[in-house]
Amino acid sequence: MFKYFELNKIFFITSKAPKYVLLLFIIVLSIGLTEALLLSPEDYKQSHSVRIMYVHVPAAWISLGIFSIITFLSIFGYIFKIRNFFLISKSLAPSGLVLNIVALVTGSIWGKPTWGTWWAWDARITSMLILVLFYVIYLVAWRIYENKDKVFKITLIITILGIVNIPIIKYSVDWWNTLHQPASINILSKSSIHVSMLFPLLIMTAAFALFSLLIFLMKYNTELIKIKNKGLDRL
Amino acid sequence: MLLMNGYGLYVWSAFIFTLFSFASLYVVIKAQYTKEKNKFIAKFGTLNPERAAFAKSQSINKEILSNTSSI
Repeated sequence: MFKYFELNKIFFITSKAPKYVLLLFIIVLSIGLTEALLLSPEDYKQSHSVRIMYVHVPAAWISLGIFSIITFLSIFGYIFKIRNFFLISKSLAPSGLVLNIVALVTGSIWGKPTWGTWWAWDARITSMLILVLFYVIYLVAWRIYENKDKVFKITLIITILGIVNIPIIKYSVDWWNTLHQPASINILSKSSIHVSMLFPLLIMTAAFALFSLLIFLMKYNTELIKIKNKGLDRL
Repeated sequence: MLLMNGYGLYVWSAFIFTLFSFASLYVVIKAQYTKEKNKFIAKFGTLNPERAAFAKSQSINKEILSNTSSI
């Protein structure tokens, strides 16, 4: 099974994929922006400020998803000694961090007209800020440590500690009284969001996912070339 | 459409910040990619013919050298 993780075969695919992903991202983002800014209706309570949801929510969802994937890959990479999983994790982190920051900043911009404040130390916002810190610590660890075995161990510990924060973020609006509204979209039960708003939200989520994929592929290719550079040094 | 009932400033700034963040990250990652690739090509050029032939026998090296088009 692990022969499929050979760098030669992976690079063959990942070096060609970015241009197609970029094209697809531009198309999906254009549709998403048209839907989000022009075609979707305003909210009866929040008026046009609801449109911020179309960047805030996908950014939050994908940053949480990326951190979960990083943790999963780090654990399995460590257990089964698949170094490539750590490389994939490292390549996923930059887009996760940026999307996390986007979620926080756009949430803050949304908070001003909705709650009357840019920032509140409530459970959801604070736990999202903590996730940013975990992303930063994770990326800094890769920069600091040269020894691969050491960096694998340290990043694994960071992700295991950080993953505890994910359910806290998810359920913070249910467990505590927060300014943040409860989830409007549920997979298991009926969502409270109208389809006219759900549709642009899902398109924007797809666009953000494609952007993450694009950044991941570019970063992953960079990491592979770095490895090859070291290989040439040894020749 | 621009004013959005007084919410335009908030909505547009949120979208502009998002797109600016995306563009910045793309530029940074692309610059890193180009830097590493140029380093690889430069190192390859300094190898003697025997070592270069050996390095070129690895398909990934061939792939990096052949894939000169930017992302």
